[in-house]
Amino acid sequence: MPSIRQNTFSDLLPDFRNLGVIARVLVAVNAVAMIAAIYAAPSLRGAMERFIEDAAFLEPLLFVEVAMLFALSRQLGRMTYRGGCAAVVLLAAALAVIYQIAVSGMEQTPGALLRGAFFAALLAGVLLGYFRLLVKAFSPALAEARLQALQARIRPHFLFNSINAVLALIRRDPKRAERTLEDLADLFRSLVSDARRFVRLSDEIALLERYAEIEQLRLGDRLRITWELDAAPSDALLPPLVLQPLLENAVYHGVEPATEPGNVLVHIERRGNRVVARIENALIETEAERAGNRMALDNIRERLALFFDAEARMDTRTDGGRYRVEIDMPYLTRARTAEG
Amino acid sequence: MSVLRVFIADDEAPARERLKELLQDIAEEVPTEVVGEARHGLEAIERIPGSGAQVLLLDIEMPGMRGLEVARHLVGLEGSPAVVFVTAHDKHAVEAFELSALDYLLKPVRAQRLAAALKRAAAGRAPDGEQLARAHNDAREYLSVTERHRIVLVPVRDIVFLRAEQKYVTLRTKLRSHLIEESLIALEREFARRFVRIHRNCLVARDAIRGFERAAPSNDEPHWMVVLDGIEERLPVSRRQWPTLRELVDEQNLK
Repeated sequence: MPSIRQNTFSDLLPDFRNLGVIARVLVAVNAVAMIAAIYAAPSLRGAMERFIEDAAFLEPLLFVEVAMLFALSRQLGRMTYRGGCAAVVLLAAALAVIYQIAVSGMEQTPGALLRGAFFAALLAGVLLGYFRLLVKAFSPALAEARLQALQARIRPHFLFNSINAVLALIRRDPKRAERTLEDLADLFRSLVSDARRFVRLSDEIALLERYAEIEQLRLGDRLRITWELDAAPSDALLPPLVLQPLLENAVYHGVEPATEPGNVLVHIERRGNRVVARIENALIETEAERAGNRMALDNIRERLALFFDAEARMDTRTDGGRYRVEIDMPYLTRARTAEG
Repeated sequence: MSVLRVFIADDEAPARERLKELLQDIAEEVPTEVVGEARHGLEAIERIPGSGAQVLLLDIEMPGMRGLEVARHLVGLEGSPAVVFVTAHDKHAVEAFELSALDYLLKPVRAQRLAAALKRAAAGRAPDGEQLARAHNDAREYLSVTERHRIVLVPVRDIVFLRAEQKYVTLRTKLRSHLIEESLIALEREFARRFVRIHRNCLVARDAIRGFERAAPSNDEPHWMVVLDGIEERLPVSRRQWPTLRELVDEQNLK
């Protein structure tokens, strides 16, 4: 199974093909140029002129750097973290020297060349540090995810009722009782598994089906799930336990509180280089609100950000008496891993 | 020991099956007969009165109406059954049961515990209203009028006003009125978010207030009357409550 390296995320270079990462680099470098211009120029007007002048010089170099990192992203990913960082810093310095020579010919003094290289390397180093901090800031979400998974995801309510349902089956339908216990075991295995691993969509879908099987046993024909999975790319990778909690929420809020049967829709499809998953349930109006699902949603959102940065979105909306959660994430088939 | 008549209310079919299985297992110790089942709270309210049940095994987490509220509506019923609550996991409910000395079982239920609870229930009485009200923190979704073998539920959101008259409280919806045996003070406390007091003897649904009219000064000083949605009758506002109500109206007008 593909996995993110086993130690921690902070020991991994940023994904230079990720839009979020690219955008952060562009903004950060321009911000530094702007600050330098304001510092160097006597007036605000002068600062603007200076900045535009600098930017005209800087921007082509910046694009070349970003493009090089994009192209070399896989090779960099194969290196150790320290080696990768050194390579990125050297690359920045080297490109700065080559670019200066290309633009102004040989008339640059070695001192000026060196100074350019030094600033490029410094900036690259600072940015790498920033990405490391960013990932560290998100890391608690991972540790928490497992705890929450156990405590809240699989609600105790669900566990005890499921065991009760199995007890009711043992005498009448021992085969189904066995299968249900196996399903429960699979569900719990995934909950205690490593939250840092990417999982294949087909595995996550299998988990959804196991979970649905158990709920079906408890709720009978009150639960009607429509599966729209024909266009689901089974080889897509995603963080674990992103879809199952959403299905559980849908059952908990959209089916259990209703006296009439409730429909839940699970729709997963590939749209070009995106994977879109949508889970819908009926909106039940009761005066007594059931315990909120904010926590599960927030945690999923954080983990999506950690795995995909700005390239994944999760939206919730209600209309026409239905509650919808939609996740839109990049279609990845190979994790960024040390093994490549 | 005579056969104990048991009613089972649970929304999950396997849970009902399991309880019936256990009742059979302990039949020698506690002979029972299942006289009825319900799949949700409203069905329980409908079926229990005619069932002749002596003991009710009542699930807490049910759609339609939750177990605790079901129990509260059964209180006024002639020969209302003793109640044993059943819950898979509801920390708050369990705490409340302990505090109010109500009997409960945890799912999965053990045969021994079930037998013990049934014996206690057979010897004891139905829980009283006060006990249940203490265990039930949420406001009810319905008020009920108990007829001889029937419980009539009135959704709280349909109630336009509640007016105390002597022993009873009149409950008025757009369509009709009922008499209930509850105290107006307790109702005011329970439904503070929904109703506002306009007079010593009267609570009015906040969202039913359409406006105020000045009553024609016939003999004594003039006073204000509440105009309500869907009801002809105007209700007098006491001088004491007027400032509070005027603020409420100002707030609504600002929105």
